[in-house]
Amino acid sequence: MERRYQLFNEKAFSLDKQGKREYYRDILSQLCAKHYEGCPEYKRFIDAIGFDYEAKPDIEDYPFIPVRMFKELELLSVPKEQVVKIMTSSGTTGQQVSKIFLDKITSVNQSKILMKITTDMLGGQRFPMLVIDSKNVIKDRKMFSARGAGILGFSMLGRDTTYALDENMKLDIETIKAFLEKHKGETILMFGFTFIIWEHFYKELLKQGETLDISKGILLHGGGFKKLIEEAVDNETYKEKLRQVCGVERVCNYYGMVEQTGSIYMECECGRLHTSNFSDIIIRNPRDFSVCKSGEQGLIQLVSTLPDSYPGYSILSEDIGELIGEDDCPCKRYGKTFKIIGRIKKAEVRGCSDTYEKR
Amino acid sequence: MTNLEKYIDAFVKGLELDESLVKSGLAYSEIENWDSVGHMNLIAELEEAFDIMMDTEDIIDFSSYDKGIEILAKYDVIIE
Repeated sequence: MERRYQLFNEKAFSLDKQGKREYYRDILSQLCAKHYEGCPEYKRFIDAIGFDYEAKPDIEDYPFIPVRMFKELELLSVPKEQVVKIMTSSGTTGQQVSKIFLDKITSVNQSKILMKITTDMLGGQRFPMLVIDSKNVIKDRKMFSARGAGILGFSMLGRDTTYALDENMKLDIETIKAFLEKHKGETILMFGFTFIIWEHFYKELLKQGETLDISKGILLHGGGFKKLIEEAVDNETYKEKLRQVCGVERVCNYYGMVEQTGSIYMECECGRLHTSNFSDIIIRNPRDFSVCKSGEQGLIQLVSTLPDSYPGYSILSEDIGELIGEDDCPCKRYGKTFKIIGRIKKAEVRGCSDTYEKR
Repeated sequence: MTNLEKYIDAFVKGLELDESLVKSGLAYSEIENWDSVGHMNLIAELEEAFDIMMDTEDIIDFSSYDKGIEILAKYDVIIE
């Protein structure tokens, strides 16, 4: 784990293909051992498939567990007394939620890496922050939904954090205008979930005929486009439409899951999602789980080096993606680049902001 | 108010704690009120009280009453 902490002090995208391969042989073997010893369910799984992590295999050889396992089982690798935070995939009724158990170390590491990746992508200073959500989301402090955790995690990047929606999810135009006036001439960071921004910010501004000047702003959003696909809104359309109502030039999407909070995949200036030193992705053929090449679509397997307290370092999502390249992005950051295509058909409805039900 | 009084006051307000609990040894996640929501409130109170802006790294490292005193020294805020 020594190397892992060394990397905490390096740039977030410093490992090239070879360096990362070597590092992952070590770290994944250590993580697998940790969860094998700490989590009885995981031990049974590893024993059943006869996986030998001590041989330090390559990343592609590691088993992955489907994300839905975190809904069906309470998986943790530390004694329950050490759990300081439980994160849930969301809190809407009628759906089973994932429960992710964090101990102090995992929780702190998640915050550190989230900041590391984000500041590399957006710049180091803290911006006045406009959260496109309601403060109500963080009311329940014991159980964090992905939405609440996202808002809190990113709020370290901001200052004078202000909420753009009131407790009924209505656009609070007066508050927004006062905030913009106060921070005139400064770069503003707007943060929110993809669907909520669309539904409660973009559409409301349009309806009210308001345009705001946030041209010096950065809009950071995540949670998935699934609900927007019904309205034929993809990433490009989204950027364009938001630009029209508030002039925002930099719209930055990120991809991540509550099962691997912290080590998120962010969109660079060239519009590609990036893996950092702390995470990797593998695109797998949904029929036989073989590894797909660049340009081939498949299920996204997510690997994170951060989970210590629960066995979620290698998971299989229900998202379909496509690898663009590795170490060759024009933005000069090392790592794989990829894009999200959508979700596998018949997958249950799930994804951070998507679980928010229209009232 | 002295810096120490301001420091304690920020904990009282940010974490909604009784003043008697704010002392050396107090640490993040060890009491209910100092969770991630409380943490950001505490940081906001401190930044306002001392008119500073902390780096994100320092916000994350601000893990206890004692550590906080060390971190604030970087911003020329001496608590004694």
